[in-house]
Amino acid sequence: MIVSRTEVVIGRILLIVVLIATVLPLISMISAALQPADVNPTGLVWPSDPQWGNFVTAFETGHVWTLMVSSSLIVLGVVPASLIIATLAGYALGAMKVKGSRWILIFFVLGLTIPFEALIIPLYYQAQGLGTLNTQLAVVFPLLGLYMPFSVFWMRAHFVNVPTELSEAARVDGASVWQEFRSIQLPLAMPALSALAILLFLWTWNQFLLPVVLIADPLQRTVAGALTFFQGQYSLSIPLLNAGALIIITPAIIVFLIFQRQFIRALLQGAVKG
Amino acid sequence: MTESTAPRRGAARAASRRGTLVGWALLAPALAAYIGFVVVPFGMGIQYSFYDWNGVGVATWVGFENYAKVFTDATLLASIGNAFVLIIYFTIIPVGTGLILASLIRSMRAGAFSTISQAVLFLPQIIPLAAAGIAWSWMYAQTGTINQILGWVGLGGLARPWLADYGTALPAVGLIGSWVLTGLCTVLLLTGIGKIETSLYEAIRLDGAGWWREFFTITLPGLRQEIAVLVTITVIAALSSFDIIYTSTQGGPGRATLVPGISIFRIGFTQSDVGLASAFGIVLMVIVLAVVLPIQRLSRSSR
Repeated sequence: MIVSRTEVVIGRILLIVVLIATVLPLISMISAALQPADVNPTGLVWPSDPQWGNFVTAFETGHVWTLMVSSSLIVLGVVPASLIIATLAGYALGAMKVKGSRWILIFFVLGLTIPFEALIIPLYYQAQGLGTLNTQLAVVFPLLGLYMPFSVFWMRAHFVNVPTELSEAARVDGASVWQEFRSIQLPLAMPALSALAILLFLWTWNQFLLPVVLIADPLQRTVAGALTFFQGQYSLSIPLLNAGALIIITPAIIVFLIFQRQFIRALLQGAVKG
Repeated sequence: MTESTAPRRGAARAASRRGTLVGWALLAPALAAYIGFVVVPFGMGIQYSFYDWNGVGVATWVGFENYAKVFTDATLLASIGNAFVLIIYFTIIPVGTGLILASLIRSMRAGAFSTISQAVLFLPQIIPLAAAGIAWSWMYAQTGTINQILGWVGLGGLARPWLADYGTALPAVGLIGSWVLTGLCTVLLLTGIGKIETSLYEAIRLDGAGWWREFFTITLPGLRQEIAVLVTITVIAALSSFDIIYTSTQGGPGRATLVPGISIFRIGFTQSDVGLASAFGIVLMVIVLAVVLPIQRLSRSSR
């Protein structure tokens, strides 16, 4: 490959600039979080007396533990159910090619570009009607529906690429639809399923609009939705606000660092297929 | 021949009928979730948009009045305008940066540096957008990091509370979007450029072409699909931005950073004008579709 020396150098320098710009806000948050809670902090400094206690204060006054539990409940309500429902539908559309698949697929695809804001008003009154308003279910139910177009699209894209010979062979051997699904299709679908699980986890955990609108009590929201509560709580203390926000984003970052390769693959595929 | 296939065909037809039934049963939960929590609310939204309703009292039919208001009210029009300005920061800057970076680096040998850069570039994708808003409000604060850096390089005179200044609030909020999306664009375009035949690059270089010609004759056409995807995602993100703005400026100062998402939220829940908010929601949905569909068309027909 012919790449000129200067291009490589310029490319590297530009990349490093982008990398620094990417971490700068996070470092700046840490810098603010370690400054004394009761004064207005100044930019990037390593404080002479780092206030690690700010994190403890933010954790306690922010009820972070309650928030994590609430977030986990919402994730548990959304992700497993979405995976199961989308797998069934993706199988029907991609592998069985049920009559009318094309139209059903188009019907789902139409939902891919809907901005959540466009539906938030009716979703509020729907939750009020269902009596779920101000409970975690008010967020879980709509998210099941809102993520369904993508999830079905994703699982269908997987099943459509599984060679039909496999299922034909199984059928010749007398396997029922269920047996074929269980012992052939499901194992093959594991990579697609785990990538989808990662995406759904991330989107639910970070979901902001729905919890803010549909759950009045911040302690029952997702952690992301509770950030507004932090802003109110710590409006007078930038160090505590930053400490709280850092605590909130840490779990997702830890999970990301552990499953980094899977995350990046999922996000890239998610971008292309979405 | 015909005699023996006839019954088998009948059996096949029965099997396929049973298959169709099973298929629909498998589709039912997905359709129920989608119809129940997307299609039905969408219908409700259309219905609300024709009424004057405060959410509690009696609703009165007003026809297209709410829609007329969306297109004549200066504040609402300003919020739509702002959303389109955000495309510069959410789409053009990230995709542009990604393209330049990808075409310069072209291939990254697997190694510690590339693993670390990928992880760092993806960080903004992992943290909630709302947290990005909080992180950057601090960056942009009077005593924050941006002003501090400006001071270091001798541009201290430019220092200001960026998000509170009418002139800089929108670009400042837009750059938060650039920060979130540049990494995703770069990594996706780098992956895409890796798939372009290296012989093409060798040929054009032997031909004596420089970086510019190579960029326009090989890189850009070769990445058409990736670019279309990224433009679609980022344009949707720009037009329907909410989280970042909610936690950084709330639409202010004045209406300098007001976007449709924030407007809908305020009109619907603070001003309790459910009809107008619903109409704006429908309009936003149509705007997004109208902008995104041609991009799909372009990327497909030119292949």
